[in-house]
Amino acid sequence: MRLSRRRVRGVVDKELRDLRRNSNVVYTMLVLPLIFLVQPVVEVLTLSAHSAAVLRREHTLTYLLAIPTLVPAALAAYAIVGERLQGTLEPLLSTPVQRRELILGKALAVFLPSLAVAYVVFALFVIIVELFSAAGVAGALLRTPYVLAQVIFTPLLATWSIWLGMVISARFADPRAATQVAILVSLPTVAITSLIAFNVIPANLRVALGFGVGLLVLNRIGWRVATAVFDRERLITGSR
Amino acid sequence: MTGAAEQPALSVRSLSKRFGERMAYEQISFEVGRGEVFGFLGPNGAGKTTMVRTLGTLIAPSAGSASVAGVPLSEANGVEIRRRIAIMPESPGLYQRLSVRDNLACFADLYEVPAPARRIAEVLSMVGLAERAAELCGALSKGLRQRVALARALLSEPQVLFLDEPTSGLDPAAARDVHELIEGMRERGVTVFLTTHRLEEAERLCDRVAILNTTLRSIGRPAELRDQLFTRALLVRTASALADPAAVFASLPALEGWHAQGDSAYLLEAADISALAPHAVRALVAAGADVLAVEERRHSLEDVYLELVGERREEAAR
Ligand SMILES: Nc1ncnc2c1ncn2[C@@H]1O[C@H](COP(=O)(O)OP(=O)(O)O)[C@@H](O)[C@H]1O
Ligand SMILES: [Mg+2]
Repeated sequence: MRLSRRRVRGVVDKELRDLRRNSNVVYTMLVLPLIFLVQPVVEVLTLSAHSAAVLRREHTLTYLLAIPTLVPAALAAYAIVGERLQGTLEPLLSTPVQRRELILGKALAVFLPSLAVAYVVFALFVIIVELFSAAGVAGALLRTPYVLAQVIFTPLLATWSIWLGMVISARFADPRAATQVAILVSLPTVAITSLIAFNVIPANLRVALGFGVGLLVLNRIGWRVATAVFDRERLITGSR
Repeated sequence: MTGAAEQPALSVRSLSKRFGERMAYEQISFEVGRGEVFGFLGPNGAGKTTMVRTLGTLIAPSAGSASVAGVPLSEANGVEIRRRIAIMPESPGLYQRLSVRDNLACFADLYEVPAPARRIAEVLSMVGLAERAAELCGALSKGLRQRVALARALLSEPQVLFLDEPTSGLDPAAARDVHELIEGMRERGVTVFLTTHRLEEAERLCDRVAILNTTLRSIGRPAELRDQLFTRALLVRTASALADPAAVFASLPALEGWHAQGDSAYLLEAADISALAPHAVRALVAAGADVLAVEERRHSLEDVYLELVGERREEAAR
């Protein structure tokens, strides 16, 4: 059956309105990025001009990809269990909305703010580096391929984390447990980006392409799985 | 859909739902006509909510078949059925952090309601909340939340409106408001499927009621149910005990049985009270009795209900 844009938009609007007033979620969206911003900022600002060469071997920017990985996982983990907790799941599922519309709407409502946060934090980092780091550091750090990788991998990673978070959210009755587990299962992804950041996995075009294609495939599968586990009956009766 | 107007609003045939070992409801059949207010009456755990969820395509039945608003109940028809109905669940389930208007706006999109702003204003004024549209749902009283939930269910002008215990947990004034709103629905010709465990509610609001406790016990107009279940009776009070009541009542036409109620009152059972009453009075006067009162003994739906619902406990005790 055709997807209705209006219904998807209805879900997105509602989610974004609710998000703004949900202090737990706003807190998560602010604290997680800060945690991952502190280490690179400290590292870069303490570098002297002559030691900037170390940045040729490390890929500090890649480390920041933990933000678009973890923030959407935490937000998506709340998406369904949060509705169940508020008792709003049943009225929502009683409407003509199709599961794909609901999943898509909820995914977009996580994707958009997560992307915004990730890019803003990245921009902030770039500005800090440009303004406050020693001479040569900014040039060594902000090389085009890395900035490009940052821009491209941010949405790919965010999408993958959203599917993980959603699947977990549909399975859990307690939002805290769901959030913790979602962050936990996103850690392997963070591990991979961090290993690239610290040059354990070499950062080259082949790795980047492989990683990108892998994420595209995973995201396709993730969408399938997320809609499949979203079973009305189990969601309604499963909490007993 | 052809001929949808002539089809019943709900048609349920031998429907059952099992949760593991436990039957939530079993072998239920009934029909609800268009424009009817139909009561689904039973104690807690009788299977009312499960029936509403089944007909609302939230859960699948284990056996049997049904059609809802003219559409056969099946997984594939879920969207089509949900488009034609609305459910007000037991708890209102509003987004507490959103305003009344934003709650309704979301559902207007989900039902693809045309001209949503106007329709939202309409349903809010129907439930008397026109002035409260900007308030957060979390700040409203329970009764007002229930009204918002009702407004939400009316948004799409559903062909069948399911109300699951709409007054449970409300104070009498708030419950009365909801009753008035349901009567308003009837006047608009909306088909209402109302579950309740409150007898006076069913008796007051419903054209017909089904009484169930896992299985269907009885179904009919409230007055019919009374007649079906109890022989009607005439209660006669005399100034003093009759010397030989058996002789007085022996020859009465239409009398099906009698027994004394205390010293000087007698309960005369008959299917047709109006055929019995004049003869009974004449016979009593002829026997020299001073008749103090003659009245028809009425059963409330409560008697019917307890009788029907009680059966199960007896069965279980055996
Ligand atoms: N999700 C479920 N899992 C297992 N049993 C259930 C579930 N939902 C309802 N039941 C059982 O089905 C029966 C009917 O429940 P319900 O439809 O909620 O009754 P009512 O609404 O009339 O109070 C009850 O015995 C209840 O315990
Ligand atoms: Mg119930």
